[in-house]
Amino acid sequence: MSETTSTRRDFSKAPSCLKGVGVTRYFHTGKITTKAVDHVDFDFHEGELVSIVGESGSGKTTLSKMLLGLLKETDGQIYYQGKPRDISSRAKLKEYWSGIQAIFQDPFSSFNTFNKIDTVLLDCINMRGGKNLPKEKKNEMMTEACSFVNLKFAELTNKYPFELSGGQMQRLMIARIFLLKPKILLADEPTSMIDACSRATILDMLLQLRDEIGMTVIFITHDIGLAYYISDSIYIMEHGKFVESGGADEVILHPQAPYTKRLISDVPKIHEVWDLSTV
Amino acid sequence: MKNTIRQVFHSPKFVIGFVIFFGILLLSIIYPLVHPGDPLESVFIGSDRGSFTPPGTYFSLYDAASSFRTNLNPKSKTAADRATISISDEQRVRMITWLTAMEVSLDGVDTTDDAALLEIWKANYDESAKPKGMTKSERNACKRLNSDLNSSGKESPLKVASEDESVKIKDIDPMNYVPVNQVRSVIRLPLGTDNFGRDVLKELVSAIGTSLLIGLVAGVIATLIGLVFGLLSGYVGGLVDDIIMFITNIFTVIPSFILLILINYSIGQEARGAMVVAVVIGLTSWTWTTRSVRSQVISLRNRDHVNLSKLSGHSLFRIVMTDILPYIASYVVMAFILQISSAILSEAQLSLLGLGPSTTKTATLGLMMNWAMLYSAHLGGSWWAYFPVIGVIALISFSLNLMNTGLDQVFNPTLRD
Repeated sequence: MSETTSTRRDFSKAPSCLKGVGVTRYFHTGKITTKAVDHVDFDFHEGELVSIVGESGSGKTTLSKMLLGLLKETDGQIYYQGKPRDISSRAKLKEYWSGIQAIFQDPFSSFNTFNKIDTVLLDCINMRGGKNLPKEKKNEMMTEACSFVNLKFAELTNKYPFELSGGQMQRLMIARIFLLKPKILLADEPTSMIDACSRATILDMLLQLRDEIGMTVIFITHDIGLAYYISDSIYIMEHGKFVESGGADEVILHPQAPYTKRLISDVPKIHEVWDLSTV
Repeated sequence: MKNTIRQVFHSPKFVIGFVIFFGILLLSIIYPLVHPGDPLESVFIGSDRGSFTPPGTYFSLYDAASSFRTNLNPKSKTAADRATISISDEQRVRMITWLTAMEVSLDGVDTTDDAALLEIWKANYDESAKPKGMTKSERNACKRLNSDLNSSGKESPLKVASEDESVKIKDIDPMNYVPVNQVRSVIRLPLGTDNFGRDVLKELVSAIGTSLLIGLVAGVIATLIGLVFGLLSGYVGGLVDDIIMFITNIFTVIPSFILLILINYSIGQEARGAMVVAVVIGLTSWTWTTRSVRSQVISLRNRDHVNLSKLSGHSLFRIVMTDILPYIASYVVMAFILQISSAILSEAQLSLLGLGPSTTKTATLGLMMNWAMLYSAHLGGSWWAYFPVIGVIALISFSLNLMNTGLDQVFNPTLRD
């Protein structure tokens, strides 16, 4: 782990790209109110790799949907590049989405099974304003994006997403991001549905992509070990609240909150007996 | 898509339903081509008008008399047949009564033997005799009986004259037979006629066509409204959802059949054509399609592929058309099939109440039942006027439901056994 810590950088001086003050989301089912995200404050800096760690049901996905603008916040304010985020109209929303993109957890349900792979990639080119490019140029761009994630476009063209394996689909997802080149990437457990071998490849590609286009990555995961491995800073989320946040080393090596300690002790270690008492 | 269709046609239930349904559909298309003409034209005027004519082959008496060309004369057989006279029970009783009244001894005579009885009768009958205790009318009846018995066995040609001067008086021998196909006007009525003398089969085929059309129109309208409302309320949500669900709930709470009756009644007799009824049926039966489409859309709209599509900046219309609709298409097709089936049944129910299409120009399955009921086919035993109709309605609805079940098993693998 000592090698990874050396690559970690301090972004606290970098300009803020996504900031939240008192961001809240409640769900109402009849008379029961579920506080999915409860007054959280955060500040993500440009170029930073931030991990949001928490167990299932802690509100990570709800928060990520709010960050993406797919879900309206019940309360609080999100700032985008220093200014209050304005996604009140479709045009503004579209503009916002050209700067923030996402990779979802389940690659099998992320693609429309009725669309061919070409459609998925062409959509990205069109979104970047490449609608009127010649066909050869578009093909070239798609081939480049595919080769970045070790896929051969010639083999994928005219295929449907469900004909690929989970790892290939998730790599296709990264190829999509490669074409879109957003400022912020929200990766919602991108490796949790993939086997361990593919996971390393996917993570590697994500990190490569981050270096290549210099984007901010918000990495949402339940795996605190993974978060420590890749992140610059970590937010620990429990029951809709951030219980601890800060630099990755600070949070993992000197945890303050009992929940963080529990999460760390829950990581299985090969050479030790796994302590299940906290589970 | 191709794969799905192949899968659908591997389902035996679907294939059986499909074959039955398309058989009926083809019948309604091809039969009118083979037998053209107005299906509601009165083709048959029997001896007594205004009654249901049983199934059979009929030929015109006029043609039978005027158009014989060949003379098949299997005399040997028929002459023998005619010589043996059969005596009815009534005649037998009358003969025995007369003979006993004339005190003719019947001892040792088997009165059930026609030939023996006839012999005694011929030997003893006297027209002028006045047996004791017999009224004049009874004596006249015996006179008629005698002439009946004598005339049968004789071969007197029938004289046929035509008003047309050029045709001379023609003698037709009782022994004249011709093949049926040589008679000019033969009407074959496989299902008889209805009360108005209309060929039931022809009428039935045209009714199938009209009823299927009613089903199709009503099904399309109901499915379209249901689909649009369901997609809107499910995907857009919020106030739109509230308003649409409010309307849907109102329509759900009031039984649609009551609505149908009330609307059809208020439209009035004149305006109620087959298509108007189809539209009314369509407008009252969309609610459950809306409800089920809505619930499907709600479960779909938070899926990742829809989110991804949103993130790609697609418009609401495009998301609904490419990311939602294809996923519920199989379900909508199934709902559509059921809508057709229920629309045909609704039309039949309405028509049976007399609130169906008020037309005498086209027949529908329901109207045929209504006509059969109005003219008491069920009391007079004229089964051919309504049994085939019931059978066809049952077959159509059976085949459509079978297709639906087959589709259901293909699209919901958990139902497969």
